[in-house]
Amino acid sequence: MHELPVTQSIINICTEEAEKNGVTKVEKINIVVGALSDIVPDSIYMYFELLVKGTILEGTILNIKKIKARILCKDCGFEEELSKRGFKCSSCNSENVKILGSSQLYIEDMEVTDERD
Amino acid sequence: MREIKVVRQIMEWNEDCHNELHNELNDKKVLMLNVMGSPGGGKTTLITRLIEKLKDKNKIGVIEADLAGIIDAEKMAAMNIPVVQLDTAGACHIEAMSIKNILPEFNLEALDIIFVENIGNLVCPAEFNIGEDLKIAILSIPEGDDKVEKYPLMFAKANALVLTKHDLVQYFKFDVNRVIKNAKALNEDIEIFMVNSETGEGILEVVSYLNKYLK
Repeated sequence: MHELPVTQSIINICTEEAEKNGVTKVEKINIVVGALSDIVPDSIYMYFELLVKGTILEGTILNIKKIKARILCKDCGFEEELSKRGFKCSSCNSENVKILGSSQLYIEDMEVTDERD
Repeated sequence: MREIKVVRQIMEWNEDCHNELHNELNDKKVLMLNVMGSPGGGKTTLITRLIEKLKDKNKIGVIEADLAGIIDAEKMAAMNIPVVQLDTAGACHIEAMSIKNILPEFNLEALDIIFVENIGNLVCPAEFNIGEDLKIAILSIPEGDDKVEKYPLMFAKANALVLTKHDLVQYFKFDVNRVIKNAKALNEDIEIFMVNSETGEGILEVVSYLNKYLK
């Protein structure tokens, strides 16, 4: 949900960082999306392309890394990716588990070309 | 080519405003509660019962967020407490800025608690901090015992979960333990309460929980 304001914020932050660092071209933006965030990457890509036309970010590659939720069994210690089986350990079937995952959503870094390059 | 470390929260526009509001409410010693849950889950009724128990000792205000109409705000105003309707004009959630814009309607010096009744929705409201001290998620028995797995963010973020309409457990084959187990798997610290707002059963437990957070 809310991919339009999220995309606008990505653009605002990256434009600000590019200007601050005297960058002429941003090649790539790396974004991290936590397992529990409801952000839909495909919508971000679509809005991004529409919104960056004619700006310093036109042609920039957006790389969205979605982190998968994990499940840790508190009985046998087995840890795995959370699957469609739900909140249950696939090793020992215990339901005494902890779900590992956050709703983080941040810009990690940008790959850029400087005026010097 | 080189790399620039950015490490900035994409939702910083909302986080900055949330922190500003949170500080202001701390200065004024106002406890803000963000009450979230599905449409028809019993948010308004629960808030009404809590206010009845809390209003002798505390000065209370309410922000009612709705997509349309003023039905809930009228119910609250009938209790002779300050209530402001936040009309989201179709939006599915409220943001910190919505609260910032509406807060000047209250005299914060004269308040101890503000209840914010968020939009009825288990998805979007969970994504936005609004300056609150506590997020209170509501799940009513008829909604089913699978909702924690289906809407994990809401229950991962909530400080407390109130299971409303608890008297209906037997009619809906609702497995309370499944909900408790799943909510704790997502969020070890979540406090869980069972309430029947019509009879008042379980309300006092929620009241003593809230009393611990009064400023």
